[in-house]
Amino acid sequence: MVLTACGVADGANPQDAGPPRPGGTLRLGISSAPDCIDPQQASTNASLNVGRQVVDSLTDQDPETGEITPWLADRWDVDADSTSFTFHLRAGATFSDRTPVDATAVKASFDGIKALGAKALLGASYLAAYQGATVLDPATVRLDFSEPSAQFLQASSTMSLGVLAPSAYRRTAEQRCQGDGLIGSGPFVVTSFRPNQDIVLSKRTGYHWGSPLWRHQGEAYLDRIDYRVVPEPGVRTGSLVSGQLDAITDVQPVDEPQFSGSGFTEPVRANPGIVFNLHANVTRGALADDKVRQAVSKGVNRPEVTDTVLSGNYKPATSILGSATPLYTDLSRELAYDPGGATALLQSDGWVPGPDGIRVKNGQRLSAAVLYSPVFNQNQSVLELIQQQLRKIGFDLRIEQHTNSEVTRLQQSGDYDFLWYNVTRADPDILRQQFSVHGTNRSRLPADNPLEPALTAQSATVDAAQRKPAAEQAQRTIVENAYAIPVFELTQVLALAPNAHDVGFEASSRLQLFDAWVSGS
Amino acid sequence: MRVARRLLQAVVVLWAAFTLSFLILYLLPGDSVLTKLGSAEGGPSASPEQIAQLRAQYGLDQPVLVQYGKQLLAALHGDFGTSVSTGDDATHMVLTALPPTLAVTGLALLFAVVFGGAIAVLGTFTRTRWVSQLLLSLPPLGTSLPTFWVGLLLIQLFSFRLRLVPALGSAGFASLILPAVTLALPTGAIIAQVLAKSLRTQLAEPYVEIVRAKGAGRGRVHFGHALRNAGLPTLTLVGVVAGNLLAGSVVTETVFSRDGLGRITASAVTSQDVPVVQAVIVLAAFFFVGLNLIVDLVYPLLDPRVRKEVTADG
Repeated sequence: MVLTACGVADGANPQDAGPPRPGGTLRLGISSAPDCIDPQQASTNASLNVGRQVVDSLTDQDPETGEITPWLADRWDVDADSTSFTFHLRAGATFSDRTPVDATAVKASFDGIKALGAKALLGASYLAAYQGATVLDPATVRLDFSEPSAQFLQASSTMSLGVLAPSAYRRTAEQRCQGDGLIGSGPFVVTSFRPNQDIVLSKRTGYHWGSPLWRHQGEAYLDRIDYRVVPEPGVRTGSLVSGQLDAITDVQPVDEPQFSGSGFTEPVRANPGIVFNLHANVTRGALADDKVRQAVSKGVNRPEVTDTVLSGNYKPATSILGSATPLYTDLSRELAYDPGGATALLQSDGWVPGPDGIRVKNGQRLSAAVLYSPVFNQNQSVLELIQQQLRKIGFDLRIEQHTNSEVTRLQQSGDYDFLWYNVTRADPDILRQQFSVHGTNRSRLPADNPLEPALTAQSATVDAAQRKPAAEQAQRTIVENAYAIPVFELTQVLALAPNAHDVGFEASSRLQLFDAWVSGS
Repeated sequence: MRVARRLLQAVVVLWAAFTLSFLILYLLPGDSVLTKLGSAEGGPSASPEQIAQLRAQYGLDQPVLVQYGKQLLAALHGDFGTSVSTGDDATHMVLTALPPTLAVTGLALLFAVVFGGAIAVLGTFTRTRWVSQLLLSLPPLGTSLPTFWVGLLLIQLFSFRLRLVPALGSAGFASLILPAVTLALPTGAIIAQVLAKSLRTQLAEPYVEIVRAKGAGRGRVHFGHALRNAGLPTLTLVGVVAGNLLAGSVVTETVFSRDGLGRITASAVTSQDVPVVQAVIVLAAFFFVGLNLIVDLVYPLLDPRVRKEVTADG
């Protein structure tokens, strides 16, 4: 909010400063082509940034406080062990095919997501314990889960669980991916989708059931949003500067200085969820040794990573969770750069410098490989810098780039030392998904590990006051045992031309374009 | 007889392209479902049972020979299956991406032939030494410039600075010019190199002396006799470089933010989206074979010597 507000103030042209006016088209340059624009199936930012505008969710989430707030549901009740959620729907909301957003439609939509199975790339885990929904009356629906699912309340605010009209499910999942039958109740509707080219959304007339968190009520300001796929970062930047686009996503760190001053603004928001980290497999080689993992964590100079390879818009990690995640705990002291402490730890543990500077113990080299796929442009440079940093404490980090599919296969089989990744999620339950023995257990922890109780406890209640100690304990245990070594927070960096205003982020750092407007069109 | 043999060859080439691409994609570790699931940050969050179900749905759990047989059979009916990553019909995807690619490559081929040909002809015809040297040094330069860099440079100058043409998209003729020039550059350079070399060879042939002795002027010798003979190897080359143009479209389509075969091929290969790759390969092989067949058939019309062989053969 603060950032977009100062964007308006920076506008070179006084008549551009507002008030917001309706009308016009936002030409938005995006870096990758969405394969599928159905938010219930999609997983990439490119897709979710489109899907968010087309569907409404039962709840919304305040990006500032992380609090869950009303949207399609006025209010809700959650039972004591977070297995049953009853939503009371607001009156008057309709899908773009004019059918009402009622309890029957909500049930059909959640059943539809569950039926997608693994195709619901994010929703599958949110609804892992979903048993079914019961229509109590036209405006009341109860969703039941087979085990405590506190995370579901936050999940109900995401576009992944956005509500589609019953008629959408008369189309196949593949057709919905292509925008055919993608009928939501959101402030925009899909007008056209040309793969690798552009997606055009148009304003939904008569929309008046927006989230109370938004700056205005009623219809969206923009008549049209034209998402143009521009893969080459230099072309994205040049097109914005030369007036062929109004806004762009994924501004590269090297291009950022071009947008300071001269009327251009640069909204940024760090992603909530698990930060980019070296996730250790504690059953492998040297990484089975707690002290080695702790030394690696001390040997990573996080501020140097953000300062040299990224930009001032990126934050060094201060926990395994990003600072924008609800119930995040600041562990910056535990994650401070301490090469002296690292070498002392290794020395006392019997790792002595070998002939090439890399430490050895009982003939074993202090070495581990990190697997990554090039999903984030700067991954390679970040890892190379970490490699240099760790060499200074006598640790040899081997960098192995693989395709998405290969990383996934190795992940599934447990055949890795370190995994390099991040996950966006505005709820601490993401820790349970990635670390729990009942989740994907990326660290390959044994069943009786010290982390499990905290992960279970945070999943049992939606009450933030009760959840907080458990979530804090989980973050602390992960960082202190160095099950994963946090490095930096992924950050969304946009650039807006002087005529584009109030392009905002929702709680998961995806675009919310309801309040966006353009001047001088 | 000759045509029938060529057609049989064409079918074999198509089958080989289909089979080889299937094998290569099959031998790569991982598969399209894993890529799709891996596109979610942090890897798949679905249960192993759900993942197995999805792989079964796409037939990826079947033995390789069964997968191959089914796909070959369906492909014979023009059905390459459904893309795993987009959910769209693979044939439909390829046919939609074809027109924008054909427009750019067609224009690029025209530019390449016209400008490449002109450089070769003028470079060998002119008597001014420095003009000839300048013209004939252009082709080696053209082949050595990276397409990616040239594309970015052209956009920077003509779109961002001078604002003459749009930098993005496939709408209108203006959007075709820069990608076509970028793509034409290396191809035109090769055409110019080969044509200039064969023109020089032809001009040194004894028949040129005879034509001159009969009183023909320089122009008639150059254009009427030498160019006609030198054109033959160049024509063969055009058949080959047309294939290169398709390959080059991967780069130009990315730089110029256009839809097209290059883009969908690149993303289908990285995501091991077998149906799409197969559809592209078969289509490309089809074009290649077709184009070379046409070149073959045009040959006898241009060269009486080839015409005689054909008659003798038949």
